[in-house]
Amino acid sequence: MIQMVRALGATAFVVASCLGSQAVAQTKQLTLCWAAWDPANALVELSKDFTAQSGVQMKYEFVPWTSYADRFLNELNSKGKLCDLIIGDSQWIGGAAENGHYVKLNDFFAKEKITMDDFMPATVVGYSQWPKNTPNYWALPAMGDAIGWTYRKDWFARPEIQADFKKKYERDLAPPQTWEELKQIAEFFQGREIDGKKVYGVYTYTERGSEGITMGVTNALYDWGFQYDNPKKPYQMEGFVNSPDAVKGLEFYKSLYKCCTAPGMSNAYMSEGLDAFKSGQVAMQMNFFAFFPGLYKDPNVGGEKIGFFVNPKQKFHFTQLGGQGISVVSYSDHKDDALAYIKWFAQPEVQKKWWSLGGYSCHKAVLSDPGFPKSAPFAADFLKSMDIVKDFWAEPAYASLLLDMQKRVHDYVVADKGTAKEALDLLVKDWQKVFKDEGKI
Amino acid sequence: MSTPVTAHSVAEPSSRSKLFASVLVVTYAVITILPLLWIFLTGFKTPPDSIAYPPKILFEPSVEGYVNLFTTRSRQTPEFLASLPPPQTWYERLVRSRNMVIGGPSKVVPRFLNSMIIGFGSTFLAVCLGTIAAYAFSRFRVPLADDLLFFILSTRMMPPIAVAIPIYLMFRQLGLSDTKLGMILLYTAVNVSLAVWLLKGFMDEIPREYEEAAMVDGYSRLQAFFKVVLPQATTGIAATAIFCLIFAWNEYAFAVLLTSGEAQTMPPFIPFIIGEGGQDWPAVAAATTIFFVPILCFTILLRRHLLRGITFGAVRK
Amino acid sequence: MSTLAERAVSRTPRRLALRFGGMSDRAIAWLFITPSVLLLLAINIFPLLWTIQLSFTNYRANRPNAALRYVGLDNYRDILTDPEVWHAMQVTAHFVLWSIALELVLGFGLALLINRRFRGHSFWTTIILLPMMLSPAVVGNFWTFLLQPQIGLFNSGIALVTGIDPSSFQMIGDVRLAPWAIIMVDTWMWTPYVMLICLAGLRSIPDYIYEAAEVDRASPLRQFWSITLPMVMPFLMLAILFRAIENFKMFDMVNLLTSGGPGSTTEVASITLKREAFEKWRTGYSSALAIILFVTVFGAANIYVKALNRVKQR
Repeated sequence: MIQMVRALGATAFVVASCLGSQAVAQTKQLTLCWAAWDPANALVELSKDFTAQSGVQMKYEFVPWTSYADRFLNELNSKGKLCDLIIGDSQWIGGAAENGHYVKLNDFFAKEKITMDDFMPATVVGYSQWPKNTPNYWALPAMGDAIGWTYRKDWFARPEIQADFKKKYERDLAPPQTWEELKQIAEFFQGREIDGKKVYGVYTYTERGSEGITMGVTNALYDWGFQYDNPKKPYQMEGFVNSPDAVKGLEFYKSLYKCCTAPGMSNAYMSEGLDAFKSGQVAMQMNFFAFFPGLYKDPNVGGEKIGFFVNPKQKFHFTQLGGQGISVVSYSDHKDDALAYIKWFAQPEVQKKWWSLGGYSCHKAVLSDPGFPKSAPFAADFLKSMDIVKDFWAEPAYASLLLDMQKRVHDYVVADKGTAKEALDLLVKDWQKVFKDEGKI
Repeated sequence: MSTPVTAHSVAEPSSRSKLFASVLVVTYAVITILPLLWIFLTGFKTPPDSIAYPPKILFEPSVEGYVNLFTTRSRQTPEFLASLPPPQTWYERLVRSRNMVIGGPSKVVPRFLNSMIIGFGSTFLAVCLGTIAAYAFSRFRVPLADDLLFFILSTRMMPPIAVAIPIYLMFRQLGLSDTKLGMILLYTAVNVSLAVWLLKGFMDEIPREYEEAAMVDGYSRLQAFFKVVLPQATTGIAATAIFCLIFAWNEYAFAVLLTSGEAQTMPPFIPFIIGEGGQDWPAVAAATTIFFVPILCFTILLRRHLLRGITFGAVRK
Repeated sequence: MSTLAERAVSRTPRRLALRFGGMSDRAIAWLFITPSVLLLLAINIFPLLWTIQLSFTNYRANRPNAALRYVGLDNYRDILTDPEVWHAMQVTAHFVLWSIALELVLGFGLALLINRRFRGHSFWTTIILLPMMLSPAVVGNFWTFLLQPQIGLFNSGIALVTGIDPSSFQMIGDVRLAPWAIIMVDTWMWTPYVMLICLAGLRSIPDYIYEAAEVDRASPLRQFWSITLPMVMPFLMLAILFRAIENFKMFDMVNLLTSGGPGSTTEVASITLKREAFEKWRTGYSSALAIILFVTVFGAANIYVKALNRVKQR
């Protein structure tokens, strides 16, 4: 009998401790959710100023990129209260706006005299507007980003390598301007022995699970002429997604993967690229500008050893947009404090400090400053890239569209299934089905 | 019969056949334990050593993996580091030597605690409910007993993802998303089936004579249950509890779909411990090791009952 | 015994004794069973019914406010005519069949050897048991590390034994090898499971049967076929049942090892389900797929258990 009482007491204790742990904290606190990467660490540093100024403690929930969309879209869909502020991916805007996950910021901007004209147009369209090209704002542009490339400047500078290259290709070894040049350089370095170790030509994205291979292949596809739909007739994809030029672009990305990458890179995204480049495995690496400050600081491959170049061109010149905007979650219990954070973050001085700590500000005060291109070795390339960015669908159904593309592209590029034309034809069919379900066609 | 009739006797194997068997088994055991040993050792390598190629068998041990597991750090320039006050503790010194600064504690301790709370909480409830249900199935003629028991078993045939779809919606309605209470309830429900099956087997083995004698002496059935049967069933209850705990401890699918921050346990946390580029393998290895230690102890304690536990009580040695 | 009884009677609070003392066995039986059944109804059956209802709609969990439409059997028809779903079932079947086959051979073999009871067999058995006590998710994750061509233990080990270049093949990235990677890791984890069950089966065979056979000069092979195998058969079948159910449901390990890749060569049914339900948020569609999977397992298990009972009776 006593045992039963004790047992009941233990149950009660367990239950109470669970319920108790959900009690709201008394001190002012905001939770900011983002992906776990270098810029997030920089933001932690930056936000100490906000805490000093306002007395609001900042808590963070950082999740690795490969589970970032999964975790936070799940959180938003289950009306979770974990996040007060969220730095959501640019493609989430459509879904978040239409499903009421984000607080619409138009009134707040008007009241606080924050104008979107202060931010670079590409970032405003990409990170905060929905529907696109209409003045409806759901986020403040927080982190500007695009795909860029790094290369081993020290290897390119070696006389024997330069001589070898000139002999083989009858031109000087230099950062590539076109994809054909990039492939040549990659083939040149593939399998070469440098400093006693075998190295490989290039690192490209091939990740299957979340968005990796799509974020990589679009850089080639855009440059060959791939378009998401007819500019004159929205959602008409036949002939634009699977145009003969797009097919060529896809074939090129696969040939680059097959000829010139390191072994074991069949499911690789941003972090594996950093590892491969830092451990001296590859001559050139595709990755987001967000990582370039960290790479520049790296003791092994940074400083003078690293160089940067913009995504090469082919028939056209584009690069895949990255980057995020910061939004207030509509389920949060601390919306006022969250809005105060956004007001603080939008100030030009804070934006300047953000850039200096390693975050890519989107504010014109930073980017249009004449000293900006020289402020870092990759700054000029970043500005150039932001002029030529193109983004994936930002529709509410973007997840389905993305997963379809992940599957078709990975099937063809990595798993050798079918031809490029078949992959893109199937993709058109997949996307048509999605839009039909959505009622858009 | 003390001497084997033939050289290959099954009942009494010859020493030569024993040697043959031991060589094969030991070889398999060594091969099978190598991956675990490698992971254990990786916990003591520095991050560059862990991704060295070819893999390093001899290396300079370091506790960097464990330090990385318990802290968050950021890389700074040497100038910035020089401007900071000197490091106070041995782990701060270690981190500084890599040109990094400790930002704060990582989330591993809350996650481990969540694993413990959710694990023990659901185990406790499952065992309580399971014990009494098992007693009833064992002692009384419950109508449709076989069907009920099969129904209880069949609840484990659905893929967890499938079960998670409506549970996700339910939890969202009830506000149980990402709560420890929600996870405890869910794991209890999943474990109750295991508990009932296992405990029924144990109860069946306790002779009825004891309770019947007690009842003849004037006890009620309930008193007999609490005072006579339960004490005898303690080994069985302990064994069942540990199996339930192991399930809740190692579970991933529900945890990753239904929790995000508050109630997240270790299994969704460990595979996503990131270093500066890819996964921080020494930290992942360190986390795997400390997560496995309790289970290792339980396995050794439970060796006798392991077989019964993994077959839902269908097989007893 | 009576002292135990006396002690218990004296310790039971009078109130409780009076209150419960009068309950009939019947009432107690229901009191004891009901909580478990209720919990299972709430967390298993009610959701199952809800899933069935959802499978006839076009509900999407990320659009809770959209109008709900009943689409009848459309979801089922879409699933059963979708080649991708059939591909996933094929991948699952390949995985289940081969992993069980390998686990049976290795597990039974090990059990036979351990049954010789050589010195130290208890210790080595415990060592062999360890892999199956790990979390499948954590296993899938660290095996990606072990199977990396350049930095992983596995390729270097193979290179040591066969002399081929470690970076010349990759288990996870190669279309032909990836399905075997998941089978290999599963076998590594669960062979001890089958081994334990077979061991129990072997130990349930009394020695005197073998001794009698030896007196009759039966060859070892003969003994194996006519004594060992038939008597261990029910145990083997039980092992197959449990492993088959578990591997059919398998999600954690495969998802973390290969994410279903390369392409979809290791996309088992659970991964497809997860993508449809929690990434594309097609809740209605994925509910239909869940029902189909459940019915498959349930039906197969039912048939199998009947066969198992027949074997047990033989």
